[in-house]
Amino acid sequence: MIVLEKRPSPSQVWTIGTPLLAIIATIIAGGLMFALLGKDPLVAIRTIFWDPLFGDFASYSRQQLLIKAGPLILIAIGLSFGFRAGIWNIGAEGQYIMGAVFGAAFGLALFPADNRLIFVAMILFGALGGLVWAMIPALLRVKLGTNEILVSLMLVYVAEVILAKMATGPLKNPEGMGFPGSRNLSQWPSAANRELIAGTGMHWGVIAALVAVIGAYVLFSRHRLGFDIRLTGQSPRAAAFGGVNPGRLVLICMGTSGALAGLAGLFEVAGPAGQISIDFNVGYGFTAIIVAFLGRLHPVGILLAGLLMALTYIGGELASLSLGLPAAAIQIFQGMLLFFLLAFDVLTNYRPRWKSRGVA
Amino acid sequence: MGGISPVLLIAALMVSATPIILAAIGELVAERAGVLNLGVEGMMITGAVCGFIVAVGTGSPALGFVAAAAGGAALALLFGILTQFLLSNQVATGLALTLFGLGLASLLGQGYVGVSAPATPKLDIPLLSDLPVLGPMLFRHDPVVYLALALCAAVWWFLRRSRAGLILRAVGENHDAAHALGYRVVLIRLGAIVFGGACAGLGGAYLSLIRLPSYTEDVTAGAGWIALAIVVFSGWRPGWLVFGAYVFGGISVLQLNLQAAGVQIPVEYLSMAPYVITILVLVALSTARASATLSTPGSLGKPFHAAR
Amino acid sequence: MKRRTLLMSGAGTALMASLGMPLRAQDVLKIGFIYVGPIGDGGWTYQHDQGRLAVIDAFGAAVETIYQETVPEGADAERAITQMVLSGAKLIFTTSFGYMDATVNVAAQFPDVMFEHATGYKTADNLAVYDARFYEGRAVIGTMAGRLTRTNKIGYIASFPIPEVIQGINASFLHARKVNPAVEMVVIWAYTWFDPAKEADAAKAMIDQGVDVILQHTDSTAPQSAAQAAGNVYTFGQASDMAGFAPMPRVASIIDNWAPYYIKRVQAVIDGTWTTGRSWGGMAEGEVVIGQITDAVPAEVKAEAEAMIAAITAGEYHPFTGPINKQDGSPFLAEGEVATDEQLVGMNFYVEGMTGDIPS
Repeated sequence: MIVLEKRPSPSQVWTIGTPLLAIIATIIAGGLMFALLGKDPLVAIRTIFWDPLFGDFASYSRQQLLIKAGPLILIAIGLSFGFRAGIWNIGAEGQYIMGAVFGAAFGLALFPADNRLIFVAMILFGALGGLVWAMIPALLRVKLGTNEILVSLMLVYVAEVILAKMATGPLKNPEGMGFPGSRNLSQWPSAANRELIAGTGMHWGVIAALVAVIGAYVLFSRHRLGFDIRLTGQSPRAAAFGGVNPGRLVLICMGTSGALAGLAGLFEVAGPAGQISIDFNVGYGFTAIIVAFLGRLHPVGILLAGLLMALTYIGGELASLSLGLPAAAIQIFQGMLLFFLLAFDVLTNYRPRWKSRGVA
Repeated sequence: MGGISPVLLIAALMVSATPIILAAIGELVAERAGVLNLGVEGMMITGAVCGFIVAVGTGSPALGFVAAAAGGAALALLFGILTQFLLSNQVATGLALTLFGLGLASLLGQGYVGVSAPATPKLDIPLLSDLPVLGPMLFRHDPVVYLALALCAAVWWFLRRSRAGLILRAVGENHDAAHALGYRVVLIRLGAIVFGGACAGLGGAYLSLIRLPSYTEDVTAGAGWIALAIVVFSGWRPGWLVFGAYVFGGISVLQLNLQAAGVQIPVEYLSMAPYVITILVLVALSTARASATLSTPGSLGKPFHAAR
Repeated sequence: MKRRTLLMSGAGTALMASLGMPLRAQDVLKIGFIYVGPIGDGGWTYQHDQGRLAVIDAFGAAVETIYQETVPEGADAERAITQMVLSGAKLIFTTSFGYMDATVNVAAQFPDVMFEHATGYKTADNLAVYDARFYEGRAVIGTMAGRLTRTNKIGYIASFPIPEVIQGINASFLHARKVNPAVEMVVIWAYTWFDPAKEADAAKAMIDQGVDVILQHTDSTAPQSAAQAAGNVYTFGQASDMAGFAPMPRVASIIDNWAPYYIKRVQAVIDGTWTTGRSWGGMAEGEVVIGQITDAVPAEVKAEAEAMIAAITAGEYHPFTGPINKQDGSPFLAEGEVATDEQLVGMNFYVEGMTGDIPS
């Protein structure tokens, strides 16, 4: 029988090989699924992976990739801080919403003033909103030991209700004929989150994501905090002996992921989404969790994983339009990608060995 | 505008709480064995769609429930293989399960939106259902409501009074010690995981076959996550689990009844109430009982690798 | 003009030109539909899709239709609409209020493509809006409800506090009161267009409170199921016929029939006579249809309903004809005065006799 033997240290080869293997396996399994659905698997795979990058209208879909990947990467970087330390912030969706609400509320309070600094202030408020929302589960965990997974998750639902209340009440557009939804922030120059280079989709949120990637990389490899986080994740007892203050770590990790998620929400509401509406949130907070794991909690990995996820979204929409592929198929596809990655990941930390029964 | 009848309210909340009770009791068993399965939502909705498809195809709701349990169990088995044999991270695998389950259910259910399910008759328990107040409140529900309560009682007995339950709890508390004693940790956990999946499937099918009854894209609407919260709320004890599910179901039903009775409470704050109250209860649990963390199964969430 | 839109529209036209597509009429007219839900929802989207199928029936090989379901509002909608344009669609129907800003943005970039936005209020030279006078249907079923109720309690499952919903509540209440002065209306705000669990719970709560006729502005059949389980409760199909629940509890229904409007507009594009506009059709145009009134309804009530349908269709009767006062007692319409479209489109108050407040 096959026995798993723990490796002394994670295998370098497999750290890079696992994601590649997972992608290949997903493409094969996905192709089979598409065939079962009656679609030509090769055409489907090409539509999903190739067309957005190099197909007929790629100049449009390429920029959409960054628009889609930006918030995912930004949130996932924040999540990776906590996940590495065993601090599970599952409520990033709620922090994303609250960041958007705080930032938009601030901006709209100053409408129709004409000052680009408003946008800067909105960014700060966005980060603040997410930070505050994340501090609730963080403080509850530090002071009372309450499980942060469940508290942060429940707060997502609370945030959604607050969002609906804001969109139909205090933040509703007074010139909107009674319909829910705030003024359109992306059409107000003082507050709009614009592209830096037109036609590339690179708005300020994408820039922030890239800065976050670089910052996280430096932090994890050079800074004491990064070391503390990694140590806590691998051995909490060793970290305690090493003088790491677990409570402080929880606050920093949750706070960072909350702030980054809030930022993502703000950039989204002032940019691609444009307004506070009841259905403003589309699940980036949860998808970012997948991206974080796909990227193996490493900044560069998260960058690549975010782009890959964005590709499956954009490609999936193209396939839905041109091949009639149901949207659910793409969800399954993404789930399979994560499954395969998690399955093959065992090879990074363990070595399979043949062992005959009974021999010690 | 009339007052709210407590009899009808309690009857309504028993129904509202049943899918959560089913999903939660399964997860409770899994967590007692040391496994944290965040994929409850995915297993529930898979059960909902499998149960619906089979019930519509065969005309028998009972067969539908069986299929639902099987569907949930199959998905849970996938989770079990990944986490127990391939030692993958339980949080990530559970989330992947949710994503995959939601997509799978959506795909399978495509042709079934808007279709009616065969009806499940209500049990009118003779004599008891004619009692003045308690009758309509407690004794006129469909069979699954009683099944859910019976299941909780059975799990309570299993964990507290049976040897097998003791072994399961031991595995959950300290898997290394249990392994040293010769117990098959992986197999026991696998069994608990599959049981959890079957129960979640039943919970989902309750929604699609009885409570609504129909299958739609978002039929579970977060019930799986609520179930997870209820497990922690209950301190991993079946009796408190039922109470917690009733509180949650009760608040949800109450806010609608308050609106229907014309009580002027801001609607949005009412719909927030179930979630806020769950948080408050979780907090209260952490403060009131210093032993709250002690009652968390010791090995919860940790991967087990037999060191030889 | 914003820099981004200027460049984007340039890119758009450049793309179209480079693909060699003539910017005017083609042999086969490609028509796109953006749906907010799945076509199998048996409600709002299903009816729009029925309209699409009617177009195919009417025009045969002269048209080709494409559609995308379950498109979230916001940036994803903008991308979906753009991709539809890029794949050759010349006429696009966006079937949800939440697509408004997305449609406006894409319409600005592609001035030679025609857009039709359902239930919106922003127009452009190449963007028309359309809606249906659902309140006419609600006047009819309100009359039936007033006659059918034995407990004098009618329930209304409302979605969001927007003018269209308030029109519906007011229209049904006014007409129920007209035939039954003792009747009361209970409103539950579900804050969703489609959530079967919530709708089922709302229906049950109403039934527990003694309501025996349920009207709904939400789209699922859950209230019908709840009513069926309770027995002796009347319901009406919403958006689509919901005939599966006939003859009881569903005794009639309001059907959104988009086919006449869609066919008219497609014909206009083919004839080259399409211009922008604001269309608000009702029974007279065949856009609002009352589904089969079942035998569970007494013959006199059925006759009364049919007479009202005929009067509204002939333009002889307008559901909002004075004297009508607002809830606070102030006058809204004088004796014989008919509400203008403007008054209806901005309706944000209950009429006299309604208890409760509209959530703000």
